[in-house]
Amino acid sequence: MSTLHVAIEGIGLWAPQATGLDDLRRWLAGSAAPSSGARPPAAVLPANERRRAPESVLLATEVAGQALAMSGRDAAELACVFTSSHGDQGITDYLCATLASTPAELSPTKFHNSVHNAPVGYWTIATGCHAASNAVCAHRQSFGAGLLEAASLVAAERRPVLLVCSDVASSGPLGEVTGYTLAFGAALVLAPPPGSQALATLGLTLTPDPSTPPLWPEPLPDWLAGNPAAEALRLLVPLVRREPVAMAAAAAELGLRMDLEYPA
Amino acid sequence: MPDRIAPLAVSAYTAASALGHGLTAHARALALGAGGLRPNDISSAPLPCWIGRVEGVEDMPLPAHLVGWECRNNRLAWLGLRQDDFVQRVGSACERYGAHRVALILGTSTSSIGATEEGYRRLDADGRLPADLRRPDIHAPHSLVAFVADALGLRGPCLTVSTACSSSAKVFASAERLIRLGLVDAAVVGGVDTLCDSVLFGFNALELVSPEPCRPFDAARRGISIGEAAGFALLERADAAPTAPRLLGYGEATDAHHMSTPHPEGLGAELALRDALARAGLAAGQVDYINLHGTASLKNDEVEAALVGRTFAPRTRASSTKGLTGHTLGAAGILEAVIALLALRDGVVPGNFGTRTPDPACGPSFAWLTEQRELRVVMSNSFGFGGNNACLVFARSEATA
Repeated sequence: MSTLHVAIEGIGLWAPQATGLDDLRRWLAGSAAPSSGARPPAAVLPANERRRAPESVLLATEVAGQALAMSGRDAAELACVFTSSHGDQGITDYLCATLASTPAELSPTKFHNSVHNAPVGYWTIATGCHAASNAVCAHRQSFGAGLLEAASLVAAERRPVLLVCSDVASSGPLGEVTGYTLAFGAALVLAPPPGSQALATLGLTLTPDPSTPPLWPEPLPDWLAGNPAAEALRLLVPLVRREPVAMAAAAAELGLRMDLEYPA
Repeated sequence: MPDRIAPLAVSAYTAASALGHGLTAHARALALGAGGLRPNDISSAPLPCWIGRVEGVEDMPLPAHLVGWECRNNRLAWLGLRQDDFVQRVGSACERYGAHRVALILGTSTSSIGATEEGYRRLDADGRLPADLRRPDIHAPHSLVAFVADALGLRGPCLTVSTACSSSAKVFASAERLIRLGLVDAAVVGGVDTLCDSVLFGFNALELVSPEPCRPFDAARRGISIGEAAGFALLERADAAPTAPRLLGYGEATDAHHMSTPHPEGLGAELALRDALARAGLAAGQVDYINLHGTASLKNDEVEAALVGRTFAPRTRASSTKGLTGHTLGAAGILEAVIALLALRDGVVPGNFGTRTPDPACGPSFAWLTEQRELRVVMSNSFGFGGNNACLVFARSEATA
């Protein structure tokens, strides 16, 4: 069985009760973090873009910017894999509601922001990145499938890759069937090992083994139940705890085993 | 520049579009220049434009064991899969390698959003989706790929690529990496997009839809005609299919310019083109035919014509086939890859149909009428919103021997 080896050089995280990886550390240590309540700041975007950008773009850009800053890399050199199980559900709700009532009045801006690759499009425009960029999804397995896509790009092309996994909350009649109760985003800067700045090295192996239900303190189980992008916690929690193995799903019947090694 | 890659076998391929169902229908339509565009008769409210609609989708419901996936996009996927023995070819690959060693990577821009649109048109008294459409899996961008995985019994890596109009070209790149790294032994790639209100009224709102059948690279072109299509290909290592056509290379790059207009100098498109040639180990002069993105939008065609002019010699032939099929959006990459493979197989350069007066920006490479000639290496260009670009290179098996 082939194993992919990648170094993790940067991590980003944003949830309603966590505005970065340090907040996750505090939740796991039992010292509750304050609720942010604010929109993701997305400081990488120029101010005028930030005002107009939909929530999905702000969320993805915020976690991408955090991971980039931690890695010390130049964004222009990073190939990009952005995953989102549903794209921007607020825009989908707007599109479908408008099409059902007054289709000829559809907003052109909302339409071009509705494409699944809008967040990675905004990111590459803001950072001047001309490398390959991708936008992918796989239902509840979007994190694992996206990590496999990103890691295979790192391994096959020997180049650093930015992985973003994010979804906004549901809205409108669509919300009843998708049921995302909160926004969540996470990002990783991955690179070929050995990375001198690496936080950890990942060995990824596909396996038929299912992932087990996690034993996490509150509010992490709520995040997992409320947003499929929070599947990223299946890697981030073991990483913060410096555990040797993590498990996620790469497809409906395919597990992704993650062996973790840490610098001394 | 990326390193050269080992060629992969395209051991099976097929398509369904406005040109018909399967390879024979496509080859005949391409040779004759018999297009499939017709006046729009599908949007839920009037919209005067032309569309490329696949015949018979309405009459072909999914079989009982797949009925939970019912929607127009998955129907079109199922229709497409059943052409040219494709299901049987995938079944043989699963027997050879094991279902968990075959990846499934498909591109789509809107997946089954047509079903979500319908749900919003038929909200119940409580403002909820109607009971028959309260099926979460079809209201998600991954609906198509999850459906095909179920229908074909595939258990390997499974991914939806959704980068607008480059989606089903980029799937070849993702699949090649998984095979090269030994994670899988084969991959089903392709894509499906269907006509729905979102794309018709969305592109109309952007003022990109032509009121007449689209005319790619015409001096007086007025925008795109939207179509629908399904297409699939099976990729394996070259030794598994010695005489099958080859995927020689691919390139992916990003404009970093604007969400819905291309870079004015075609920067991302040129980077993708160069990377594709580098992975194939070829010079531009060795390319015999390019199926262009050529949407008939004012800006895209201008940028692409300039790219062809400064990169290729006159002997390299180039045309857009969107005048025949319409722009099939997320399915354009696979449909035009299949058209490029048919050109290779049959020695036919499809003409650039729909054009009456060529744009003077188009150089001598442009094939305005169908030509017969020996082809060894062909390319296909696909460019999407968000400045997302992909190029593919295919060749006859003997061209790589």
